[in-house]
Amino acid sequence: MLANLGTLLRYRGLIQSLVARELKARYRGSVLGFAWSFVNPLLLLSIYSFVFTTIMRSDKPETRPYAVFMFCGLLPWTWFSASLTDAASSLISGGNLIKKVLFPAEVLPIVSVLANMVHFALGLLVLAAFMIGFHHYPSLAALPWFPVVVLVQLIFTLGLALALSALSVHFRDIRDLLANALMLWFFATPIIYPYFLPTVERFLWLFRLNPFYHLAVSYQEILFFDRFGHARSLLLLGVLSIAVFLAGYWLFDRLRDSFAEVV
Amino acid sequence: MSAAIELVNVSKIYRRYTGRQFATLKSALLGRSLLRDLRPNEAFVALKDVSFSVAKGSTLGVIGRNGSGKSTALKLVAGITKPSAGTIKVTGRISALIELGAGFHPEISGRENVFINGIMLGLSKREVEQRFDDIVDFAELREFIDAPVKTYSSGMYMRLGFAVAIHVDPDVLLVDEVLAVGDESFTHKCLDKFGELHRRGKTVLIVTHSLGLVERLCDDAVWLDAGEKQLEGDPHRVIDAYLTSVEEAEQQRMAAATSKALASAAANPPTGDMFQATEGRWGSREIEITHVEFVGADGQPTFVFEAGDFVAIRLRVRAAQSVADFVFGVSVFNADGVCCFGTNTDIENMVSERLEGDAQIEFQMQRLSLVTGTYKLDVAVHRRDGAPYDYHRQLYTFRMTSRTRDVGIFKPEHRWMFSQNVHFK
Repeated sequence: MLANLGTLLRYRGLIQSLVARELKARYRGSVLGFAWSFVNPLLLLSIYSFVFTTIMRSDKPETRPYAVFMFCGLLPWTWFSASLTDAASSLISGGNLIKKVLFPAEVLPIVSVLANMVHFALGLLVLAAFMIGFHHYPSLAALPWFPVVVLVQLIFTLGLALALSALSVHFRDIRDLLANALMLWFFATPIIYPYFLPTVERFLWLFRLNPFYHLAVSYQEILFFDRFGHARSLLLLGVLSIAVFLAGYWLFDRLRDSFAEVV
Repeated sequence: MSAAIELVNVSKIYRRYTGRQFATLKSALLGRSLLRDLRPNEAFVALKDVSFSVAKGSTLGVIGRNGSGKSTALKLVAGITKPSAGTIKVTGRISALIELGAGFHPEISGRENVFINGIMLGLSKREVEQRFDDIVDFAELREFIDAPVKTYSSGMYMRLGFAVAIHVDPDVLLVDEVLAVGDESFTHKCLDKFGELHRRGKTVLIVTHSLGLVERLCDDAVWLDAGEKQLEGDPHRVIDAYLTSVEEAEQQRMAAATSKALASAAANPPTGDMFQATEGRWGSREIEITHVEFVGADGQPTFVFEAGDFVAIRLRVRAAQSVADFVFGVSVFNADGVCCFGTNTDIENMVSERLEGDAQIEFQMQRLSLVTGTYKLDVAVHRRDGAPYDYHRQLYTFRMTSRTRDVGIFKPEHRWMFSQNVHFK
């Protein structure tokens, strides 16, 4: 398993070009082309802002400007959920490669995660534009923590993506199940509502069991609220993420030999 | 000489998850049978205890009928699947031509696909850059290289795939039946490329049904049948043994086809204009043809002949009462329904006098020189005015084989003569 992890480094050129291909192929033939990477999060944001500030009026004074607040949690969530959705079908849609080319299969779910990470990075530019527009800037003191949160999320997502992609080869229903599980997970995480809501605080122990709770809170504290008091939980999650990654990779490795036969 | 590829007692068992057809994650979890369900409940042995090795710099051809395990062996050598038992050792960089253009993405251009495919096959970006012009020229796609691959014809797609794979410049090249990728000239170019690899001391493993290719390119051959190695060694010897076994199988197939045709002719007597019928049996049966068989030079019944062999058609007939007016006839049809040859005793000026009881007739052809193919036979006994006693239309099948791939119908005895300044290798 560790040897396999080592060879993975040898394939970084391949991963790089596959990520580039993924991004290029995605918008090939559409009128807006690559601009969709910016337009997509913008549209998503306007829908949510409209629903929660105009129709439901659920924004609190602390979360104003609401668009910026929600975007801080929504962007990483989109990265996370799209990565898992893509990864779950990556081995099946890349079946030709696994069956006909000598090819390290783990490259496929990893590419799914990394391609969505590029979209996440582009979304950050949109977020920056919003911050400038609303004159709401993150504090420089907390900002160095930002790459740490991203790294923790990356490792955590990779672990889940590897496990899900390997399992969905054997259980195709994972892809359908996943869409609904992600929907539930989204609403169970303080993304569209702030983490200091009374309801959240009453069931705090339950929320704290949700790994993405810590990520969302970290993002919001670093980017929106000028304080970062979540460092301990985040580092703990970092350790857990490494464990998730190793477990996911172990599972993938165990099922690896069945891919070429079952896909 | 050291071996570049070595298989020792390799077996491959494919697991079939038949019972899992409708099992879902839910049932697996509820039944706590996740791990049990991941275990197979039926096994299919694709390779059984196979050992062979390919010396460095030599070319080995693997032959065998469909489902004999050839492609499985290739996938195992390529490392795409793992053997269930035994060991496989491969020295050097491998490139496998199993499915051409397997990694192409339809939406992006040929140029980008060349890069990604090359990197997938183990080249670095710079190596692809160096070879890019050679690849594009080899594939003959210079004008189209910037068009998305989805606009390519299947021939263009395969040519590009082949060009990339062959330019990976592997130490060990694995080829699975992929030479049918272009027109004549492209095929020649591919064969030249194989020749070049051979000269440069690369090891090649070819899986193919084209025996001519094996004879032409390979230093050694391995014959697999039903997952087991039957023979290995000199290509000519292996191919001969393989063909013999194929002929045996064909004999059985033809015998089965013949008895089926006879049974169906007996069950469905023809109606309407009998001479329009494509197969069947009719006639008054005053003289009955009771048995028809093909006989080779050794006097034994058979169904498969080599072009130029002695072939006899043996008929047994029975006339319950004495008959004075009778004509025996035979004709041979090829698969297109063209009559290759037909004659009867009347045409050949034999005047019948009397036939009674059981009799045997043999129509002997000293050298039957037809090209490779499946042939059908009409046999008949009728009156001189044409009224049939017993007419068997295309109920009997035999096969001609030939080591050369000549075309047409008839293969005359021939030789080529050249003046001294015409040279062949």
